[in-house]
Amino acid sequence: MTASPSETPESPPSSDGRTVLDDRDIARALTRIAHEILERNRGGRDLVLLGIPSRGVPLARRIAERIAAVEGFDVPVGSLDVTMYRDDLRLKPARTLMPTDIPAGGVDGKVVVLVDDVLFSGRTIRSALDALNDVGRPAAVRLAVLVDRGHRELPIRADFVGKNLPTSLVERVKVRVADTDGVDAVTIEGEGDGQ
Amino acid sequence: MKRHLLSAADLTRDDAELVLTTAAEMRALADRPIKKLPALRGRTVVNLFFEDSTRTRISFEAAAKRLSADVINFAAKGSSLSKGESLKDTALTLEAMGADAVVVRHGSSGAPHRLAHSGWVRSSVVNAGDGTHEHPTQALLDAFTMWTHLGESKPGGLEGRRVAIVGDVLHSRVARSNALLLRTLGAEVTLVAPPTLLPVGIESWPVETSYDLDAVIPKADAVMMLRVQRERMNGGFFPTPREYSRRYGLDARRMATLQDHTIVMHPGPMVRGMEITADVADSPRSVIVEQVTNGVAVRMAVLYLLLGGSEPAVGATEGEE
Repeated sequence: MTASPSETPESPPSSDGRTVLDDRDIARALTRIAHEILERNRGGRDLVLLGIPSRGVPLARRIAERIAAVEGFDVPVGSLDVTMYRDDLRLKPARTLMPTDIPAGGVDGKVVVLVDDVLFSGRTIRSALDALNDVGRPAAVRLAVLVDRGHRELPIRADFVGKNLPTSLVERVKVRVADTDGVDAVTIEGEGDGQ
Repeated sequence: MKRHLLSAADLTRDDAELVLTTAAEMRALADRPIKKLPALRGRTVVNLFFEDSTRTRISFEAAAKRLSADVINFAAKGSSLSKGESLKDTALTLEAMGADAVVVRHGSSGAPHRLAHSGWVRSSVVNAGDGTHEHPTQALLDAFTMWTHLGESKPGGLEGRRVAIVGDVLHSRVARSNALLLRTLGAEVTLVAPPTLLPVGIESWPVETSYDLDAVIPKADAVMMLRVQRERMNGGFFPTPREYSRRYGLDARRMATLQDHTIVMHPGPMVRGMEITADVADSPRSVIVEQVTNGVAVRMAVLYLLLGGSEPAVGATEGEE
């Protein structure tokens, strides 16, 4: 699937907007998140990382690489598409589905860490919890995000946060990752309808 | 394709490839413990079948149910349709029941088009086969099957692939829809049939034609056998079934001339011993059973793209996240 969601910039870093995290900041944040996940879980056993497309998937993969470097074994990584579980599905034209790829061992009895780029209203995570419910029954579900920008509309919080980023509702947080956008960066733009 | 899917010609290349990539995700669902998605919760899909068709109806029914839609089956036999009710009155009844989509199979070519454009119903209309005209979801599932085997499931994967469609083209809505869709996807289609079983005006189709099966199939990447629709034949289209099989049937000897990667397809129901022999139908090249599985996934994709959002996705551009 040639995933080209609307927030993907046509041209690489058109640096409109203020950069709040550069590639080294992102690398450090992901390393810290990986360590926090391991501490909280007392090791890498029974972990499954599921990225939420599109940006969450490469982030999950990178966290998994760091966990593997520390623990010496690979943890399963997959992706979990939440499109069909969104509460605003009916309000917009039918959206393109993104890949759902559950690792071979499944999620039953595992500690699933959902990974997303930006935590905002919390509605995406609610959808992800519903989607996960149809895949299996994890022992626990945790949430890791690169950026928490506030403005929650549901009682949801992240367990692992790369950076807390207070924003106003008119601002737009844009996460770019090297795998899909050619560059690692988190920027804030003044205008826009938010995510 | 805007609100309806009436003809394979309604689909642009982008539309068709969106259906295929969506179907690939739907296909993955079949391997999960809970084969259900909430996308069409609260929507009603009516299967309106004026002609018998068990496999297409249950395929649409499974597709709609896996997307959590409510399904109403409306078959001609034993209903008011057999008492002389007109298509219009049936449509008004469906409208009054609040159908969001009507999947229609009709013996007359053009009936779905009439239903969609008459103003009788507001729902989306999906053509599930009309007369000898079209059967677009069958073409989509055939394309999906070829795309997974020959096209690495990538956009543009069928570009330049050669497909032979063999047999009773004259009575086949599958052949017409396939020819149109495969052309849209960039494949080269050759229709192989005796002259009596090619429709008038075939020269205007975007296809090659041939009367010689043995010359065509060694170059093909996919060979699709069509059923000889004897129930629609009231004249002498060929001398004897035996002669037909000898010239246009796929048997082990002909299968041996295929390339290693070539797949054998049949839209079903097949008549073993007529257009295809049992050893070919059951061979590892045959993807006939897989076509049935893929049919559910492709129909889920079509229903999702037509009904899943506030307006159909196919043809429209993506909104903001």
